[in-house]
Amino acid sequence: MRRESRGTLVIDVERCKGCELCIPACPPKVLSMSTISNHHGYLYPELSPGCTGCTACQQVCPDYVFEVYRYQTPVMAVVDTEAA
Amino acid sequence: MSIVQTTRPPAVPSTKVANFKPTLLQTEEHHLCPGCGEPVAIRLVLEVILELGLAQNNVCVIGHGCYGSFVMTLDVDCTLCLHGRAPAVSTGVKRMRPDVAVWTLQGDGDMTSEGLAEILHATARGENITCIMLNNGVFGDTGGQMTASSVIGQRTKNTLEGRDAAYHGYPIVICDMVASMQGSAYVARGSVHNAAAIAQTKRLIRKGFQRQLEKKGLSLVEILTMCPTGWFVPAAGGADYMMESLGKTYPLGEIKDVAAAA
Repeated sequence: MRRESRGTLVIDVERCKGCELCIPACPPKVLSMSTISNHHGYLYPELSPGCTGCTACQQVCPDYVFEVYRYQTPVMAVVDTEAA
Repeated sequence: MSIVQTTRPPAVPSTKVANFKPTLLQTEEHHLCPGCGEPVAIRLVLEVILELGLAQNNVCVIGHGCYGSFVMTLDVDCTLCLHGRAPAVSTGVKRMRPDVAVWTLQGDGDMTSEGLAEILHATARGENITCIMLNNGVFGDTGGQMTASSVIGQRTKNTLEGRDAAYHGYPIVICDMVASMQGSAYVARGSVHNAAAIAQTKRLIRKGFQRQLEKKGLSLVEILTMCPTGWFVPAAGGADYMMESLGKTYPLGEIKDVAAAA
């Protein structure tokens, strides 16, 4: 299926300390923790298609890991049914 | 599972709506533990200072706690002072420079355990300062010991069975004490446990600074912050634990606002 993204993130994964506060904070639930760790040994968030650019993740992040962008025109991405 | 590339800004036309860090912070790096709420609260204060146009016209008086490390990275004028004495030091700063916005950054151990007299006397004098208290119920910097504002039943490093009212006494609710005094202009309690509470807390902080600029008296904004390390809970569980323990003793909201009453 196809999913619309109105925004996107830049995630500085090397600064992440893996507290996972951003996972429940994300209203469209498009953040999930990685399976491999960064160089500090912490898992970090990864973005799936569907971001709305609401900045909730940036608001709750204690480690200033997120930078939020809003697309001028929404971007469509193909996602598999498991992720959707 | 498809993952969006997030290592660099998007190539298609887009608008940046949120930066990594607040403008008034020199670096994103800090040494605080995973899941700590203090960097979030500090970001809110710095955003309010920038929005009120006080970036070149404020002095931060920092007490002692984990947040003390931000004295090196805050891009505002700062001074460190003795443990708990931030309201006394900021009294001096404000009386010498009455046109400068003076704010203190203190923790609950700093304000209620070490510096209870200073905050109460500064309130009694009606000093035009804004006190920001980051309340996590433990002395985080020294390893997570009980403070005067630890709630009943809370586990800390020296109350492993939970704070017992019969042995350790009852928590000091500093907001209620300050609100009951005539010198206070604005007393409110916010939290950083989720995005909605963070937005609300930012409004409380802005009002606190506005009451100082209106010369109404002392404003105190208490912010409940997570300390998962000090509470023996996983980093991801800090927010829920905080609202189940501290949130019940310290209800969120405005406690006193002289501008609203007038």
